[in-house]
Amino acid sequence: MVSDGTDDSPTPRDVDGSHNGSDDCSEGSEGSAGVGRVMDANMLLLADSRLPAGGHAHSGGLEQAAAAGTVADLDGLADFLRGRLATVGLVCAALAAAACRHASVDTPADAPGPDGRDGWALLDAEADARTPSPAQRRASRAQGRALLRVARTAWPHPALDALDALGSLDVVSGRPGSRGPHHPVALGAATAAAGGTAEQAATIAAYGTVTGPAAAAVRLLGLDPLAVHRVLAGLAPDVSDVGAAAVRAAVHAATTAITADDGWAGLPALSAPVLDLYAELHLQSQLRLFES
Amino acid sequence: MGLNHDHDSHPPPAEPGRALRLGIGGPVGSGKTALTAALCRSLREELALAVVTNDIYTTEDADFLRRAGVLDPARIQAVRTGCCPHTAIRDDISANLDAVETLEATYAPLDLVIVESGGDNLTATFSQGLVDRQIFVLDVSGGDKVPRKGGPGVTASDLLVINKTDLAPLVGADLDVMARDAKKVRRGRPVAFTSLRERPGAPSVTGWVREMIRESRRPAAGVAPAAS
Repeated sequence: MVSDGTDDSPTPRDVDGSHNGSDDCSEGSEGSAGVGRVMDANMLLLADSRLPAGGHAHSGGLEQAAAAGTVADLDGLADFLRGRLATVGLVCAALAAAACRHASVDTPADAPGPDGRDGWALLDAEADARTPSPAQRRASRAQGRALLRVARTAWPHPALDALDALGSLDVVSGRPGSRGPHHPVALGAATAAAGGTAEQAATIAAYGTVTGPAAAAVRLLGLDPLAVHRVLAGLAPDVSDVGAAAVRAAVHAATTAITADDGWAGLPALSAPVLDLYAELHLQSQLRLFES
Repeated sequence: MGLNHDHDSHPPPAEPGRALRLGIGGPVGSGKTALTAALCRSLREELALAVVTNDIYTTEDADFLRRAGVLDPARIQAVRTGCCPHTAIRDDISANLDAVETLEATYAPLDLVIVESGGDNLTATFSQGLVDRQIFVLDVSGGDKVPRKGGPGVTASDLLVINKTDLAPLVGADLDVMARDAKKVRRGRPVAFTSLRERPGAPSVTGWVREMIRESRRPAAGVAPAAS
């Protein structure tokens, strides 16, 4: 399901053992999540649903799916999460991995993207291109903005300042609440700022694409939270696989670019049309408890 | 923070010239939205205002305020809280901060931004990271024992409003008991009794808000100096 044509990338299980957090997203540690790193407490903070980054008010389409009756029980939820992880999950994870790699460049504020233009603007545009629904763009930017706020407070880093400066990028709509970076881009930069690797960024991104809707299902459908966590535990290997695949895809996209312009164009671009439609329907709904 | 005897336990607004951010919280149906509307009506001529509503259901409250015509509709933003109104004002304030800052940037300079929480229980309270001052609204129909029960909203809010006093005889609530209990648990912080039905302008609350704004604009001289 993934463009994982990298034969020469290190295996995801490579042991790094390095505790130097300054260049974890650099080429040398691509795709590696050393055992000493996997439980890095900063990564736990970043992945924690208690991180004050606005995630609690986003259901990832689950509220609309519940309203439409397509998710009504545990089995329906499991299917929904599997589909979301394989599509949105992989796309977000790869964007996060690419952002983490980009943030490791020494002077991120001035770092050009693969085509020489402002890297953050370019990567953000790639995220935009993979988010066709305006409602989802808005939700992604709202969460990216919120994550950037807490990340800049907790893990100050020039890459986060550069992303913040990008805030006024969305001059097209000019609407309040439409500014700020896309969430996966902010997450990748925040992971780098907190000393994490591209694979950690990708895995946290993939993890968030299933835990958010799962928590919403507990609140909206009254599902047994223990049973929901059994479903999540069953999905955990897939989350890890998506994280690893996303890093391979991000490395592949960067290293096999034919022209200077398509360095990030090769990132996964899977779509989930039903989720796009749900996002739009949700925004028009009279009764909604979640932002998305 | 609830143990602090000094009723002015909140720091003054961090940036000089920034709008005073006022939280209004309390249980469902106690009159938060009606009080917000009253403050807008009473203060809109003298102050530049904006409102953020937090709604657990629809945009009901924001729509009510817009229909009531108390404020330019664009100055009212609704935040959805994913079934957790207290989370949005206390544990994860990012969406509310975002809305407040957007309003402040769009309509600068503002004097007052009101953040009305979704209806919640007695433990709900605003984070100091979100608001400078907070009002907790109860109503007499919840029973005259509520102030005695306490909870952070009742004990630590900067102003406790006990609303719908006109209903007290009908529901058998003893206002003297409520006043006495509130005084005891609030350690000197002010309490206002209101009947928005009888006095739609809520003059006592309006006066308090004016005072808070004056206080926030005073140089930090007389009070304990802020860190920065």
